[in-house]
Amino acid sequence: MIFKKTLMAGALGVSLVASMALQAAETIKVGVLHSLSGTMAISETTLKDTVLMMVEEQNKKGGLLGKKLEAVVVDPASNWPLFAEKTRELLTKEKVDVIFGCWTSVSRKSVLPVIEELNGLMFYPVQYEGEESSKNVFYTGAAPNQQAIPAVDYLMNDLGVKRWVLAGTDYVYPRTTNKILESYLKAKGVADKDIMINYTPFGHSDWQSIVSEIKKFGSEGKATAVVSTINGDANVPFYKELANQGISAEDIPVVAFSVGEEELSGIDTGPLVGHMAAWNYFQSVDNKANAAFIKQWHKFIGDKKRVTNDPMEATYIGFEMWAKAVEKAGTTDVDKVEQALIGIEVPNLTGGMAVMNKNHHLSKPVLIGEIQDDGQFEVVWETDGVVPGDAWSDFLPGSKDLIADWTKPIKCGNYNTKTKTCSGQNY
Amino acid sequence: MNVLPISRLCLALVLLLASSLSLGQEQAEAPAAAETEVAVQAPAESSAERVQTILQQLAEANYREKARLITTLDQLSGKEMLPLYSAMLEGELHYLPGDLSLYRVTEAGEVTSLFTQQAAASVMADELEKIRVNNSLRKQLRESIARIQLLYGDKGEREIAAATLLDNMSDESIALLQKARASEQDVDVLGLLDAGIAMYTATTSDSTAERVSAVRSLSGRLESPVRNLLTQLADKEREDDDAVRQAAASALKDIEGKIKFFELTETVFFGMSLGSVLLLAAIGLAITFGVMGVINMAHGEMIMLGAYTTYVVQLLLPQWLELSVLIAIPAAFLVSGAVGVIIERTVIRHLHGRALETLLATFGISLILQQLVRTVFSPLNRQVATPEWLSGSWVINPVFSLTYNRLAILIFALVVFVALLLIMKRTSLGLYVRAVSQNRDMAKAMGIKTERVDMMTFGLGSGIAGVAGVALSQLTNVGPNLGQSYIIDSFMVVVFGGVGNLFGTLVGAFSLGIANKFLEPATGAVLANILILVFIILFIQKRPKGLFPQKGRAAE
Repeated sequence: MIFKKTLMAGALGVSLVASMALQAAETIKVGVLHSLSGTMAISETTLKDTVLMMVEEQNKKGGLLGKKLEAVVVDPASNWPLFAEKTRELLTKEKVDVIFGCWTSVSRKSVLPVIEELNGLMFYPVQYEGEESSKNVFYTGAAPNQQAIPAVDYLMNDLGVKRWVLAGTDYVYPRTTNKILESYLKAKGVADKDIMINYTPFGHSDWQSIVSEIKKFGSEGKATAVVSTINGDANVPFYKELANQGISAEDIPVVAFSVGEEELSGIDTGPLVGHMAAWNYFQSVDNKANAAFIKQWHKFIGDKKRVTNDPMEATYIGFEMWAKAVEKAGTTDVDKVEQALIGIEVPNLTGGMAVMNKNHHLSKPVLIGEIQDDGQFEVVWETDGVVPGDAWSDFLPGSKDLIADWTKPIKCGNYNTKTKTCSGQNY
Repeated sequence: MNVLPISRLCLALVLLLASSLSLGQEQAEAPAAAETEVAVQAPAESSAERVQTILQQLAEANYREKARLITTLDQLSGKEMLPLYSAMLEGELHYLPGDLSLYRVTEAGEVTSLFTQQAAASVMADELEKIRVNNSLRKQLRESIARIQLLYGDKGEREIAAATLLDNMSDESIALLQKARASEQDVDVLGLLDAGIAMYTATTSDSTAERVSAVRSLSGRLESPVRNLLTQLADKEREDDDAVRQAAASALKDIEGKIKFFELTETVFFGMSLGSVLLLAAIGLAITFGVMGVINMAHGEMIMLGAYTTYVVQLLLPQWLELSVLIAIPAAFLVSGAVGVIIERTVIRHLHGRALETLLATFGISLILQQLVRTVFSPLNRQVATPEWLSGSWVINPVFSLTYNRLAILIFALVVFVALLLIMKRTSLGLYVRAVSQNRDMAKAMGIKTERVDMMTFGLGSGIAGVAGVALSQLTNVGPNLGQSYIIDSFMVVVFGGVGNLFGTLVGAFSLGIANKFLEPATGAVLANILILVFIILFIQKRPKGLFPQKGRAAE
């Protein structure tokens, strides 16, 4: 499958290079920097296809500024340093006008120095740990205050949860998110003994003792919930062990930040029913725009069983915003488009409008869904309005006073509101 | 068009049934709440009619309304609502959008009418809309079901019901517990009911003597609500009565002693279970690496092939899901064994005695096999279903239970080990293998076909790895990278136990597993793994040949 796709992508690339000679000046180039091989290929290939679909759609509408769009696909192969090299290739050799790319935080961190040096423009479509705002990057996924904090609020206020298990895979996103959540919970008056933090290696499969500990932790008379930043396929044995040890979602619900429709497709969701996930988008949201998007996706990919998910919506919003900003600025010049992007509004697929803020993060609604036995989510709660993404968490001592504001006069990604200085460090 | 009348008929039937039953119930029991409810109602609307309206409202209500409707149903009617509650809990309750009548759609996709359980031939599953439930509704339904089953269920159901009600004690449920107590015969259920009543007395009674004796009777019970109540009663800030506090403290001490014992047993079981996984993964390698001396980096991929065989078996025989794992065991042995034989014939045979080249060649083979699986089955993980008899756990008491899949794998690992030991010690193949591994030239001189023995041994080791894959498919993800995550562990166990010694592998696997599980609560999973590896590095420095080194001339 992947092999075929790579072949196709390769063929596409060749034909693009061939056609480039003919119409070099007449196209606007869109770089796609998603891994098409290696461990992240499972997730990132979908986003590459989403961008290609959006490009095709835009070209049907006549392109942008009277020019056709042209996608340039490269494969950083889940190899973090290669992300930097491929970015340089896209910006200097291919001279792309915008890049859609990255999934893991470490790949984004690898791209940052290059994209700032060469003054490129990138849209990053995945939920992440925050603590960053670059002039050259727009973050269309959720910041912690658009996913983790509302989920905890929901558990605390609506389900009366008093004890918390913060379980995660051992790397930067879970560690930062859990640090934010821990200080948030403590600020809300949760005692130390009511918080249990646990980290496991990537692909962990022996969950017996951890689940048994969670069970014990939850049997002390107070409502308990697990906030899970467990990543990737370690989730399947985790949920299986929960079910086998007789812990149902009514006893101890698990709220996950890394489990979406794509991750659930292909596993038996029977034992998972009732556990939750927090995202800005669910495929099950009943909405005209969403129905049209799903239909378009199925048509493009040629498979009615393929699901849509949150990072796809983030890619969609990012693309639409960029297209609008280019039209508004009348050029693809990075500095002008960057300024034009701030304040741009695009309809969400879940209803309402997404707004690009001064800190390069979006305002989006937050939804909480319960897993159903068909692998879809049923929305059980959503925020009243949109939540503006916060680049620098208010709950970490180091970043409390920091803000990002890319408009005049501040024009800084990490401006300290107390000392009124920009640290100068860009990322 | 004939759908409507029939479904109406169904509805009428349901109502008739519901009303007759609920009327009977009320006359027999006359619960206070229901009586006042009915009294307030206009006499024209009987409770049966109200049940009917509620059943119709259920179809299009939101979660909050559904919760309210179920509360009302609880008061209006009794055990006849059991099919409704359980269908709703299982997510099998559907309604026909036209007339809002309710149906149950079973897991197999069969439509039955809700209360009579008969197939509703006139309604197709795709016409129906699902009635969705969320967690708080599920919790409420479980309690409603518990209230019914405490009086009418079989022994197991009554036990679960009593435990569910213990979690949420209220004045209402205490009346129910007392009522159930009067007719209950079973000792286990009686114990739970008595505990519930004692908990109630301990918190509400005015007499110190009564409270103290209630607290004493709770001593030794392991249910978590009991423990939580006792913790409260033993707390100085929340309890004024000294006598009660002392009684609670001593009961609590008793309980905690018991819990400590069970926790220790549990940790040992977890360790044995991890050990059995290690043993299964390593035992094939103990043959190919330990006995033959081939450093087989493709061993993990043999495990992976076994796991994929399970997947294919389930794909080919979907109707035999319960037996699929058992069928997969010989199938996986043959598939992995055959692949092993092919590898031996085509590659390893030509590299005999050149350890480094074998290592590189088998590493290459492992990559080829992974990519092959990616191309054939896609890079995504495949879903291997767990048969019913391998899911869930054997609950010995509220703080100690053993999960069936782990228990089965532990037993299975030991069976495989014994079988392999018998093959090595009692069959002629085993004799030849030992002869060849001890002195190849001499064995050859004695007329043993060493080439053939090599092939059979490698096939045996690979086949056992395939069998391990069947077991692992029940625990972890079946994907192209499955083997990679076990290859390091396998080598670790074999080297630690002593190369060439099957008993060493057994002892090595279980001691590493148990050590890991005792470290894990203190250090976390990441550090526990690291500490084990550090320990092995130090151990190998001290004893390069492992726990049980081979002795005598054969070892040289």
